[in-house]
Amino acid sequence: MTTTSTGQPAAGATAAELQDIRPKQSVSKKLLNFCRAKPLGAISAAIIIITILAAIAAPVITPYDPFDLVHEPFLPMSSSAWLGSDELGRDVLSRVIYGARVSMYVGLASVLIGITIGTVIGIVSAYVGGIIDLTIQRIVDALMAFPAIIMALGLTAALGSSVNNIVAALVVILLPGAIRVIRAQVLSIKELDYTLAAQAIGARPWRIMLRHILPNVAASYIVLSTITLGLAIIIEASLTFLGVGVSADIPTWGGMLTEGAQKYIRTAWWLAVFPGMAISIVVFSINFLGDALRDTLDPRLRGR
Amino acid sequence: MRQYAIKRIGLFIPTVLLVTVIVFVVMRLIPGDPALAILSADDAAYTEDELRLLRIELGTDRPLVVQYIDWVSGLVRGDFGTSFWWGGPVMDRLGERIPVTIELAVLGIGLAVVCAVPLGVLSAIKPDSPIDYLSRVFTLVGISIPTFFSGILLTLILIRSFGWLPPLGYADIWEDPWANVKQLMLPALALGFYDMAFIARVTRSSMMEILREDYMRTARAKGLAERLVLSRHGLKNAVLPILTISGWQFGRLFGGTVIIEKIFLIPGVGQLLIDAVYQRDFPTIQAVIVIVALSIVVINLLVDLLYGWLDPRIRYA
Repeated sequence: MTTTSTGQPAAGATAAELQDIRPKQSVSKKLLNFCRAKPLGAISAAIIIITILAAIAAPVITPYDPFDLVHEPFLPMSSSAWLGSDELGRDVLSRVIYGARVSMYVGLASVLIGITIGTVIGIVSAYVGGIIDLTIQRIVDALMAFPAIIMALGLTAALGSSVNNIVAALVVILLPGAIRVIRAQVLSIKELDYTLAAQAIGARPWRIMLRHILPNVAASYIVLSTITLGLAIIIEASLTFLGVGVSADIPTWGGMLTEGAQKYIRTAWWLAVFPGMAISIVVFSINFLGDALRDTLDPRLRGR
Repeated sequence: MRQYAIKRIGLFIPTVLLVTVIVFVVMRLIPGDPALAILSADDAAYTEDELRLLRIELGTDRPLVVQYIDWVSGLVRGDFGTSFWWGGPVMDRLGERIPVTIELAVLGIGLAVVCAVPLGVLSAIKPDSPIDYLSRVFTLVGISIPTFFSGILLTLILIRSFGWLPPLGYADIWEDPWANVKQLMLPALALGFYDMAFIARVTRSSMMEILREDYMRTARAKGLAERLVLSRHGLKNAVLPILTISGWQFGRLFGGTVIIEKIFLIPGVGQLLIDAVYQRDFPTIQAVIVIVALSIVVINLLVDLLYGWLDPRIRYA
């Protein structure tokens, strides 16, 4: 630890000196500690970051164009086509890398929007209380009654199934869970001494919510986002699997898996298995990282 | 108990109403006009009069509030409207499909509980042992694999290693029960896989908490056999959260059935929903979604009441 204090503060120390006794850690030090305490979590984080980078850099790193017929059809795994080729002779590896784009975009966008809105509503609902809280909680109860995939089907049937409509549908699906978790946290933070002290010196409600409550739900926000990211990616792939997701022209993990599974599972198993493995490994890493982050950042969320 | 039940049912009624409102609102988000969609579906020519007549026939010319009240009063009477696609009452087809899906879901949750509880208990009584580690990895893998991929993998493994696949399709349980069970076993396993992992996780954590309780030490101290300590004092108390979670998961399972029914070609509610989405048959979509959501609300109510009945602490909380 890089703490500057040399022990107990001397009697009569100024306020500034007193503040300094808190152990201060640089970000890199914190990261290092996380890697040491949770090696599997760190590996998971690396896998997720690599996937995101691969999605961004797909045109540069893919060996072939995902739409070009570069191989013979149904080529098994070989040195020229690492993961084989599909029914038209397109390169499976290149298509799997491109598939990360839709999954990651839909997952990250919906989680960022959904959990952020959910956090804001959760804080306001718990802090303001009364009839507003009651109304919001009843709506949350009702929204929770819809299984994610059924809600997603209903919304995409109504809105149409462009990428952004899928994000919108996922936001609606992720909202109630986020509101509920954040609200429960704020209800207890609301009764803590520092909140009461802020109220006592006359801080306005929005200031308390912003300066005193928001920083204290930040850990939950990060953990929630990580955990729900996996769910979002699975629902997006499931929608494509059901034939109501992203257009079949764009390479997606769900779409490739569906094609491979429905038509070629007996003849060319790799067409279904590799995109399926891509989804599973990424979601597995996300869940593992979520568990590790929860243990490190916010033990109160345990068991949820 | 009565007070608790009244309180809980008091929360149930607004939830039910809100569920119907949400379904109704979502179904009105549809851009454009269902009548127009039907008439222009096969690029057929139509006249303005035909369009107006169809709107009156479908009832979409009336104010939204009237349409909503009409729809809800229909629901209460078991009338789910008329299908845009084949013109008959939605309930006719829905009625045939519901038992199939319920059977699948019951088998799925049954398999999940039967496998998950022993796994969770074993994992909890020997923490950090190889079996605990194995089961933790298994449960984490289980909740990470999408339902459709585990279904596909299961069929793939069966084809590859046994060269055998149970006949796809569906035999009626009353006509050919053996064929029916044979066909539903694999889909039920694929369906329950996620819940198996989830329930095993909950069993482990709830069992571990209970193992630390004073009464466990007391039971051991008075010389009770370890087997009895675990079953009578441990598992009996751990059963409550497991029960609650299983109840909730049972409701969630209806989401998974949509995918499993598509993979294994089972004619259940999920297939009906998917077909309706392809056909843009909105009354059917609306009916399926509202029925699934309402069954979940009812299941949650029953689970909560059962929980309150079994555990007095809940009632007074």
